[in-house]
This record gives sequence, C-alpha cells and structure tokens, in this order.
Amino acid sequence: MKAYFGRRYMLSASHRLHTAALTAEENRATYGKCNNEHGHGHNYVVEVLVGGAVEAETGMVVDLVALDKTVHERVLDRFDHANLNLDPLFVDRVPTTENFCKTIFALLYDALPAGELEHVRVEETENNFFECSARG
Amino acid sequence: MIFLTRRATFSASHYYWNEAWPAEKNQQVFGRCANRNGHGHNYTLEVTVAGEPDPMTGFVVDLKWLKDVMEREVLAAYDHKHLNLDAPEFAHQIPTTENIAIAAWQRLEPAITAAGGARLSRVRVYETPEIFAEYRGPHEQVSARGVKDRGEA
Repeated sequence: MKAYFGRRYMLSASHRLHTAALTAEENRATYGKCNNEHGHGHNYVVEVLVGGAVEAETGMVVDLVALDKTVHERVLDRFDHANLNLDPLFVDRVPTTENFCKTIFALLYDALPAGELEHVRVEETENNFFECSARG
Repeated sequence: MIFLTRRATFSASHYYWNEAWPAEKNQQVFGRCANRNGHGHNYTLEVTVAGEPDPMTGFVVDLKWLKDVMEREVLAAYDHKHLNLDAPEFAHQIPTTENIAIAAWQRLEPAITAAGGARLSRVRVYETPEIFAEYRGPHEQVSARGVKDRGEA
C-alpha cells in the first residue's frame, strides 16, 4: 500500500535576482523589485513529500526523525539565515525560487532512500509557490 | 480534466501502539505518541475529485453533495472521537496519519464512485499545519526499487 507523507519546514534567507548576462537596465526590467542591489529576504516554506509503502508494524511511510535530520543537514543548516547568492550552488545561477526549488530537490533526492522523494514545494510568500517532482 | 478539492476539519484523539511489541519498543519507536491515555489533534481532511465540468451546470461535482459525503462517511466516524476506540478500522491498525488517509479514502471512494460523476483522486490528511499524509488510491504501488531500498522487500 503506497501513501505519501508531507512535512513543512521554514527557512529565512536573502537573495537578489540578477544575472551578469543582462545589462543593469535589462536586469531591472526583468526582475523589478527583486533586482534591488542589496537584496531582500523571505520566510520560505519548504514542503517535502515522500512516498513509500506503509509499514504494517508502525503504520508509517517514513521515519520522521530521520527525514527531519536529512532536511536539516542538507537544506536548513545550509540555507537558513543565509544569503542564497553567496552559496556556491548559486554562483552561476540566479536564486529564483524556481532554481532554489530544483536545488533543494536535488540535495534531498541524493540524500534520501531511492524512490522516496515525490516532490519539493517552495513557497516564497503566501501567494507564490513552486514545485519540483520526481515525475519531471 | 479538473481537480476539485474540498476541505473539512475534525478533532479526534489517538495513540500509537503495536500490541506485538513490548512497551519499551513502543515507547522507543513512537515516543510521546505512545502515551496510552492518548492525545488529540485538529485534523484537516482534503478530498480531491477529478472530472470534467458538466455542460449544463458547469460543476465537476456539486460541492454541497461532496460536503455531505465527507460528513457522512468520514466526519461522523472521526469527529470528536477516539480513533483507536471508536473507529473499527483502527481496532487492530495504528491510526497514523498515513493510515487515516487510506481509511478515509476507503470510506469515501464507494459513495463517490457510485454517484457516477467525478472520480476520487486524492485524500490528504493534515495532523498539524506542518505534517500531512496523502493517498492516491490502490492503483499506485511502491516500485520494487523503492521497496528494496527501504529494506522492506
């Protein structure tokens, strides 16, 4: 019996949307307020959905303590209260929430048991969110 | 295809305990959830149905009807109840959020299928705002690779 288990985490980080591939004017036109020279920040919500068999003995899909540990080690310890632009993973990539979501998905996909990670959803504000799923 | 979701809330108590295990192991695996006097949550039930809008009404399903189905099939059994003691499906099965999502599906699916309109697509149960489980039906199986890697083969 396959079921899914979801857990929501929060992290606070700053970023600036800016690419060296565009002129200053083009950056402003493309990214608007998000191009502000000194950056800005968000309280991001990271929703992690994992799928698997419901173990008969425990009634559970995943060990919540182990999942928390992986998410803390791979994602929260790295990005919470950090400037995303300064992380090596964003040296050549704009830390849009699309790219942030893909990055978190990749970090967790490698660290979790094969086949377990179903999707990562990153909410940048109450009104914007982005999802990456194992289905592509 | 339109996916339509309706939410409802219910408040219930439960505890986690595997009768086949000694008390120490239950306490070790389930922690505070193993307290035999139980504890409770305000759960949120999210039911998603999938279908095409009816050409006449524009509805995938009548939301009032869906609300009534959810109240009759799930909330009547779970709201202000002790899941281990009041719901027969949890007499011998631990009422984890995962199992509640599966049981809610099994309660809802016959009524939704019998109505002949939309099909049940997903049931999601939030135990707290941060924790939820979802079930998408018995057609989804765990891949052999996933099972093996989880050590359950």
